[in-house]
Amino acid sequence: MGWITSYRLRLRRKRFKLRARRKGLQLRSVRNRTNQIKPGQILLFCTLRNEDVRLPYFLRYYRDLGVDHFFFVDNGSDDGGAEYLADQPDVSLWSTKGSYKSARFGMDWLTHLQMKYADGHWTLTVDVDEFFIFPFCDTRPVAALTDWLDSSNIRSFGAIMLDMYPKGKISDIPYQRGTNPLDIAPWFDAGNYMISRNPGYLNLWIQGGPRARKFFTDRPKKAPALNKIPLVKWSSSYTYISSTHMLLPRGLNLVYDTAGGEKASGVLLHMKFLDTFGAKAKEEMARGEHYAQSAEYQAYVDGLKDSPELWCKWSEKYINWRQLEILGIMSKGNWA
Amino acid sequence: MSTVGVVILVHTAFDRAEQVIRHWVQGGCPVVVHVDTNVPDETFNAFEAALEDQKLMVRFSKRHRCEWGTWGMVAATQDAAEMLLTRFPDVRHVYLASGACLPLRPIEELRSYLDGRPRIDFIESATTADVPWTVGGLDHERFTLRFPFAWKKQRRLFDYYVRLQRTVRYRRKIPDGLVPHMGSQWWCLTRQTLSAILQDPDRRTYDAYFKRVWIPDESYFQTLVRLYSQNIESRSLTLSKFDFQGKPHIFYDDHLQLLRRSDCFVARKVWPRAERLYATFLSKDPATLKAAEPNPGKIDRIFAKAVDRRTLGRPGLYMQSRWPWQERDNAVTAYPFSVFEGFTELFENFEYWLAKETAARVHGHLFHPDRVMFDGRQEYFQGAMSDNATLRDYRPQMFLTNLIWNTRGERQAFQFGPADAQKIAPILGRDRNAQIFVISGAWAVPLFLSNRNFADIRVEAARLQRIENTHLQDLRSPMTKAQVRIWTMADFVDSPMEVLQTVVDQMTGTSVRRLTEAPRMVDLQGFGQFLQNLKNQGMHPYLMGDFPLENAMPAPKLKVRKPYLVRK
Repeated sequence: MGWITSYRLRLRRKRFKLRARRKGLQLRSVRNRTNQIKPGQILLFCTLRNEDVRLPYFLRYYRDLGVDHFFFVDNGSDDGGAEYLADQPDVSLWSTKGSYKSARFGMDWLTHLQMKYADGHWTLTVDVDEFFIFPFCDTRPVAALTDWLDSSNIRSFGAIMLDMYPKGKISDIPYQRGTNPLDIAPWFDAGNYMISRNPGYLNLWIQGGPRARKFFTDRPKKAPALNKIPLVKWSSSYTYISSTHMLLPRGLNLVYDTAGGEKASGVLLHMKFLDTFGAKAKEEMARGEHYAQSAEYQAYVDGLKDSPELWCKWSEKYINWRQLEILGIMSKGNWA
Repeated sequence: MSTVGVVILVHTAFDRAEQVIRHWVQGGCPVVVHVDTNVPDETFNAFEAALEDQKLMVRFSKRHRCEWGTWGMVAATQDAAEMLLTRFPDVRHVYLASGACLPLRPIEELRSYLDGRPRIDFIESATTADVPWTVGGLDHERFTLRFPFAWKKQRRLFDYYVRLQRTVRYRRKIPDGLVPHMGSQWWCLTRQTLSAILQDPDRRTYDAYFKRVWIPDESYFQTLVRLYSQNIESRSLTLSKFDFQGKPHIFYDDHLQLLRRSDCFVARKVWPRAERLYATFLSKDPATLKAAEPNPGKIDRIFAKAVDRRTLGRPGLYMQSRWPWQERDNAVTAYPFSVFEGFTELFENFEYWLAKETAARVHGHLFHPDRVMFDGRQEYFQGAMSDNATLRDYRPQMFLTNLIWNTRGERQAFQFGPADAQKIAPILGRDRNAQIFVISGAWAVPLFLSNRNFADIRVEAARLQRIENTHLQDLRSPMTKAQVRIWTMADFVDSPMEVLQTVVDQMTGTSVRRLTEAPRMVDLQGFGQFLQNLKNQGMHPYLMGDFPLENAMPAPKLKVRKPYLVRK
């Protein structure tokens, strides 16, 4: 890499951080419990809006995984979710009425908080509909993974976003607060992912899954990116660039091996396609606060009208992480 | 009764270390503890105070600074071992362990095991030439160069200095009488051997030498033991596995059964928060004494597999954490598959016939411009692959590698031709797993059978011929790794059964069975004339070979069975 590229990326990183600092002014602290955080604890960062129904299970899942402290940015919820979060003993909550879109889809707010609180901690950055799966997650807490990553001098850990869906229409079974969404939507696409490499930021760009084959067949290039790097040993100088797909400095994006080996990697079970989805898609369409003029949501709204089912004969039903490992969606790498 | 004494080196996870020390003491072993100077004094004092009640059996030795790969570890071991030998005169074997070591079998078993082998030193000790354990590409050189810089913290300086020494051909002199050996740093030595090493009149020379050797804790005792021991068992009683970067594998709760069945005495390294392992192995259950030999075979295999997964991976798999620039052995895909070009054009029921003869999964034209012709013309296929052509053509190579990966265990075959999307063509030739059978020129048959204007046919024929010609040149290039067979159409129709037999034999890998049934060939009556007409229009179809003008091509007759007369 030439020093010019290197310098250009450095400037870009600085710019993102400056921007985050500026957007951070929009945040209003609702409940700050960050003084509870001890060195070495694992933190989770999340932005949300009107997701109250998902919160209890989300918190339970990540507490069981071993997350020690939660950071939430509430972007103007009016469904009581913010009040629920404020009462949780391990949650720090900020709220803002600012524009989600002009805050780089919430990333500026999170970057601001991460700069301030996450330095030196392993941080997990996820959405409320994403559930992190890593090798041995049924027998080992996430701290086992982060300790191992530390001892291997690895700073970032990749996890592909795996879209989960129900059999039958999405609206068939209503999601109940506090229940495991996996019970409703246990199906996924096992082997239709398309990968290319992003030469600028060095990350892999992965597309595919049910969304690509159902909503983006005519313009596959526009299909949503599924590559994510949600788990990072944070340093104040880092910043996510586009959602959690990639980071700067770009060395953090090298979560894959190029010599034929496999690095350890995980999965984010993406529980977007529950009965709540239809309403969400319409709402987000109206707000226009999402990526590329909410084109993704437009495609869903169109797609859901005439083809309400994502399930097909070759859909795979989720069992456990070992199944995903055998299918080649994630890998243990050399962790045993 | 304390025939076994333990030296424990601790630098972190003090609560666990304390637990383990108590366990050793309870088993009747005196313990000398060394705590790294990097540990803050408050932590050390608290740790010492916690073990105050065990004063008689637990001693703390002089503290050294133990940076990885430096002399401090050896100095710490020397001091602690000396202390153990002088303070506890009835110790016969000294066991070197770390704070992250966990005894797996009752201490009593270890003692009786060692009682049965009173003169044996258990220390892994091998000459550098014979073992492949090298980190950073240094094996013998770790004994002949100087290493003033820390590998972990001053990596650049370290590497630079090594290169400099290599360039000027600098070599240190190894003290007389020493033959460098290396091995696991966790050993169990007898008092005789250990005291001989520690009281050697030349120890100053040796120490001075080893102070500048790289990772002396893996070579100091391993080398010197060769001078004094009468009976070396070159293996460690501590189960300790290293991965490809030379860092120890860690044991977790889910390794419980494996560890139990391994019959090893001590395991390293255990994750400090592996509650179940500590609870299980440090409990005082009165287990019946076993005299079993340690047998870490199964654990070895698991860790060896993990290293393979990291370094070799699963060939033909492309995923978020495996993205090879260049596949090993020129295999693009995961498993062998077959490509047929020109067969469906000549036979009416070729796909069905092939599936029956070879038991493979036979697809139609997977790269058909309109849609993916999966077997059975399904809308979706294994792995939820879509039959959408745009999606396929977006990343055709991923389409192919996905298909082959998704169906591993079942052989795939598909049709291909110049009328298909061509982006995949060069990749097929490059793949060692591809087996390509071509009947060149057969693309003309559908044109011949079609009901189109001849002018259109002529244009289309020229286009297809150009495409196929490029493709054939590709396949014939020396860069091609696929297994390729090409017949001209004329050669093929001359003896179709022979070719089909070859195809089936090569696909199934056997050649015992004779084909009993042939697929139905299309009627080629007038095909020669058709080609001649193309020629007359100035478009020379040359890929078919020499096709006779006159109906040399009668539709193949079904074999008529010979009449037999059966007499009684």
